[in-house]
Amino acid sequence: MVDTQKKLISQLQKDILRWQGFTAPSGSSHDHIGLGEIEVAFPNGVFPKGTIHEFLTFEPEHTAAGSGFIGGLLKVLMGEGSACLWIGVARKLFPIAFGSFGIEPDRIIFLDLKNEKEVLWATEEALKCEGLAAVVAELREISFTQSRRLQLAVEKSKVTGFILRTDPLKLSTTACAARWQITPLSSLLEGAMPGVGFPRWNVELLKVRNGNPGSWTVEWNAGQFVIVAEERAVAELSHQTLKAG
Amino acid sequence: MARRFLSIWFRYLTTDWLTIRKPELQTLPFVFATPVHGRMTVTAANALAEAQGITPGNVLADAKAIIANLEVFDEKPDRAAKLLKGLGLWCIRYTPIIALDLPDGLILDISGCAHLWDGEHAYLSEIVSRLQSKGYHARAAIADTIGAAWAIARFGHGAPIVKSNELRTNLLSLPANALRLDPVVLERLQKLGLRTVKSFISMPRSALRRRFGKELLLRVDQALGEEDEPLQLIKPVEPYQERLPCMEPIRTATGIEIAIQRLLENLCQRLQEEGKGLRTAILKCYRIDGKVIKVEIGTNQASHHTGHLFKLFELKIPTIEPALGIELFILEAIKVEDVAQIQEALWGKKVGLDNPNVIELLDRIANKVGPTAIRRYLPDEHYWPERSIKQVSSLQQKPAIAWRVDRPRPIQLLPRPEPVEVAAPIPDYPPMLFIYQGKKHIIKKADGPERIEREWWIEAGEHRDYYQVEDEAGCRYWLFRSGHYTGEQSNQWFIHGFFA
Repeated sequence: MVDTQKKLISQLQKDILRWQGFTAPSGSSHDHIGLGEIEVAFPNGVFPKGTIHEFLTFEPEHTAAGSGFIGGLLKVLMGEGSACLWIGVARKLFPIAFGSFGIEPDRIIFLDLKNEKEVLWATEEALKCEGLAAVVAELREISFTQSRRLQLAVEKSKVTGFILRTDPLKLSTTACAARWQITPLSSLLEGAMPGVGFPRWNVELLKVRNGNPGSWTVEWNAGQFVIVAEERAVAELSHQTLKAG
Repeated sequence: MARRFLSIWFRYLTTDWLTIRKPELQTLPFVFATPVHGRMTVTAANALAEAQGITPGNVLADAKAIIANLEVFDEKPDRAAKLLKGLGLWCIRYTPIIALDLPDGLILDISGCAHLWDGEHAYLSEIVSRLQSKGYHARAAIADTIGAAWAIARFGHGAPIVKSNELRTNLLSLPANALRLDPVVLERLQKLGLRTVKSFISMPRSALRRRFGKELLLRVDQALGEEDEPLQLIKPVEPYQERLPCMEPIRTATGIEIAIQRLLENLCQRLQEEGKGLRTAILKCYRIDGKVIKVEIGTNQASHHTGHLFKLFELKIPTIEPALGIELFILEAIKVEDVAQIQEALWGKKVGLDNPNVIELLDRIANKVGPTAIRRYLPDEHYWPERSIKQVSSLQQKPAIAWRVDRPRPIQLLPRPEPVEVAAPIPDYPPMLFIYQGKKHIIKKADGPERIEREWWIEAGEHRDYYQVEDEAGCRYWLFRSGHYTGEQSNQWFIHGFFA
């Protein structure tokens, strides 16, 4: 009896996802973004490409951490030699650093524009362009209407959009598929080794459409994301309490 | 096809111009004068003054004796040339090939143009009546040669249009100065009583050359079409140009769109046949009020794709102000390059920066916000962080050297290093803590130093000792000490970037 109910519910959930436009990956052809267990949090267990992801950053240090995390994602998205656009007003990004994330910085085109209005226009135009792997836009603020426009633009072209909100005054609702917050964490080194270790972040998935939000500790280690184990238990625990509640 | 020329003579060019500007002068005799050899000499007189016997070349004092209330204005030396140039540019709507004929005329090569106005009669009367409605006394004539058209416009009595087979008979009855001769030669002809063309045109050529020089023969040959005459065009003809005259003036954005679409289709078809693509194009909109509005677009890669080029122009349509209406559109491809043959791939598609979609997107952005906003970087052979990358304008250029990944570099680099206050500096170690923008950061972990020299052959100054540091909150920074450790000065530390 319980078994049939479970089956029914999972079938219904799959149907709802399908009606909302999330198609289940066909067989083994879908490729992973390299986020490991975090991908489970997404609908169907696949990182949603072709949607808008927003990143909340409150301080320049957070922007740096968020840029690094996006760099890790871009490594997979730009895997086949495709190009990426990085749009902003007062850009501080240092292209050479992307080398350590496995991307040739010459495949990134930077657009340094004069104001937010131009950034929004260029972002929308770029998101409509099918040949790009991803578009990253640094914006101070984005309203619901603006995010809806961007989301509509990507639905046809299947370009992945990342929005770095550098100064979110208030946490308004947006039409983005996922809302992230990346904050830096102290790096850890084996034993008492001196120096600074691999970049380590606290990755918080605050909102995800049709998925389960969560929090992880992620390290960029030897060219890939590594989810730090001891934190995983905590995350799972909170995940279960969340479900129970 | 026989060539046809139209010569326009502005009999009172400068005085007409002044009358248009000051309508109250219409009923007054006035002249332009300029000092010549210390005397004021008349350079141009209007019709009223000329009727009383004042002609250019008279001394101003004599002219004032004839008409007491004569108005006198100063002559500017290049005024006539400027006016003619303006009129010539206005005439571009009738033919693209127009040359100045100083001091008082224009020459238009109208071969193959007149039929657009239903024949030469309608064409000629259209031009003359339009000029007269502006207020200019204009006479025009059409003939097979520049010389004949010039002569008939100024001295002709009969019809202003000379048919090809009647050229010689029409010329014969004209006076000798209709041949654009030097005053010295003209005087010699007058002395001998050769007042009309027919009185000397049948003389043996050798006799004419001996008595009047080569110039007379040249002018006769030019008038009869036996000698070619080069034209100095006021506007060189662009090789890739499309024109669209409109029956009714265009005033709406939709109308402009249709015009652009039609021009682009023709131009692109031609470019495609020749295997070319345009890099820069200008759309010129000739308005009824005489203004010309220019709109320019550029592309990153030679293109003859109508849809794409139209999108670029579409962004500029709001800047075109039609006012009373646009009567002529001209599209010119200023910069044209060979286009790489696009091979239609059956499987897969081009990725990265070669993807045509990406190139077209960048074209649109460049035309909207300016090409300087688009930046791409390649590695440069410098250790100094600010010089380690160089900006390139081309999208296709490949890096000459590999990107370096062996040194830690911050993901965010400040445009210029900002000074930080530090505490307890120790030689060869990073400080214990630093204060940046009023916030205290206690350094827990550090890597370094990495010493980077300033490259003395480029600029002089201190070297930098870079440290990668991590504070108690886990944020990672790139700090450096400028120069050697001295022990006394503490404010020689800077923050230069943030690590991921």
